[in-house]
Amino acid sequence: MFRAYLKTVFVALIFIAFSQANAEEPTQDHDAHDTTVDGADYGEGDAVNTKDEVSAFIQHHLQDSHYFTLFEKAEDHFFVSLPLPVLLWDDGLQAFSASKFHHGETVAEHNGNYYKLYHGKIYKTDAAGTITYDEDHHPTQAKPFDFSITKNVVVALLVSLIMFFLFKGLAKQYKTRSIPKGIGRVLEPLVIYVRDEIAKPNVGEKKYRKFMGFLLTVFFFIWIANLLGLTPLGTNLTGNIAVTVGLALLTYLITTFSANKDYWKHIFWMPGVHWIMKIFFIPIELVGTLTKPFALLVRLYANITAGHVVLFTLLGAITVAKTDLSIGTGASIGYGVFYFVLAVFITLIELLVAFLQAYIFTLLSALFIGMAVADHDHEHEHDEEGHEIADVEDVRERFV
Amino acid sequence: MDQLINDFSLGLFIWQLVIFIGLIFLMAKYAWKPILNSLDSREQGIADALAAAENAKQEMANLEASNAAAAQEARAQRDEMLKEARQIKEKMIADAAGEAQAQADKIISQAQESIESEKKAALADIKSQVANLSVDIAEKVTRKELSEKVKQHALIEQLLAEANI
Repeated sequence: MFRAYLKTVFVALIFIAFSQANAEEPTQDHDAHDTTVDGADYGEGDAVNTKDEVSAFIQHHLQDSHYFTLFEKAEDHFFVSLPLPVLLWDDGLQAFSASKFHHGETVAEHNGNYYKLYHGKIYKTDAAGTITYDEDHHPTQAKPFDFSITKNVVVALLVSLIMFFLFKGLAKQYKTRSIPKGIGRVLEPLVIYVRDEIAKPNVGEKKYRKFMGFLLTVFFFIWIANLLGLTPLGTNLTGNIAVTVGLALLTYLITTFSANKDYWKHIFWMPGVHWIMKIFFIPIELVGTLTKPFALLVRLYANITAGHVVLFTLLGAITVAKTDLSIGTGASIGYGVFYFVLAVFITLIELLVAFLQAYIFTLLSALFIGMAVADHDHEHEHDEEGHEIADVEDVRERFV
Repeated sequence: MDQLINDFSLGLFIWQLVIFIGLIFLMAKYAWKPILNSLDSREQGIADALAAAENAKQEMANLEASNAAAAQEARAQRDEMLKEARQIKEKMIADAAGEAQAQADKIISQAQESIESEKKAALADIKSQVANLSVDIAEKVTRKELSEKVKQHALIEQLLAEANI
């Protein structure tokens, strides 16, 4: 937990440093670099080499996409990418390939309906592709329900496949040998780690087995997804709010449906306090059950998103140092080297964060489940005046 | 926050849930269950082996202790036997000595007795011979006395010299 805060502070510091760097260069004269820099947005005909374009590129990267892009050179309309199937519910199922959008350059026509891709979202439009905006610059066009196989869905499936084959292989090894070899030798201690360090101490020796399926799956899913996000594939699964909501929702559902009588008693009729306080505690405790998984989903989303933003910002800063700052070539090379070293450093931190976030998510899930299934025996912990003496578990609960 | 809600894709959310729940069940069935079972049985095996080793060690220690005890006992027994033998020997020697003494005493006493009786017999014999001699002498004396007194004395002297054995 403490490390997570440290990291947040660190990220915040870097952000502040960059925003100041931006402020220090208010309206630099771009004329000197006219040949390479224009006022266009990202993807509108030139390379990503201004601050705005880098920022837009990062925005684009953080979002889900209907393409699985490995490499792109938008200014030359050159893409090495896989268009993914688009599935819409718009008066029935509308299924077509995302290649019809031509990377958002054209309006896709399917079954007499016209769809336009705008900032990663599909809007219903007319043949000309007109999009009108409200005052907040949000399109006013109807958004059909989009359950396409997007990039993140593909990545989730990829992570699932990787996991399945890795651990199926490990499970198979045990049939012939008692100590696995190869990659299994790396995976086995991790499984034992999740079992002995996360599940057993937090859920309890007797009840942990039932939840191992969820805990192991969630740990390796998040970890592998985080690691894939650091590869040049440029995926961002765990930095997507919908994905983390899905993961945290499962923790919430498992906690709620496996909770025992004691858990509900502590929510609806807190023992050991005055009955007026008991009534006050009900909404607080009820909200508490929701804030726990909410903290989970925000923590994972924010950490991974922040990591990607910092990394992309540093990489973008290398090109920006070349084109967007009115400085000499030597200085820009110096900037570039500096940002590169910093980016390498941040990547190493992100490798740690990838594991740490998977660990924290799993640990806290195990903790919440443990609270719900624990056999409380608080009777001996009340003194004569009926005040509850805080025990370790309560302290831990407050801490979380 | 507005941006966050705008970014939230219900379609992706549903896909994520479906994929993830499916993955949990697949992994639980084909990976986690066999892996955890194997780990458990392996750990159980290790624990059993350790316990068995501990047992063997204990048994070994017990055996050693009992060996030592047996050796101790054997030594004690040997000492006891030696002691007994020594005692028997001493007793035997003592007994033999006693017996010999008794035998010797008996022999000596018998010898003394027989000597005594021989002596008595001899004395009696002597007495009877002395008596006979006395009678003979007396007879001869009485016979000669009647003839001559000097010859009588000479005879007595002669007879006494004869009788002095």
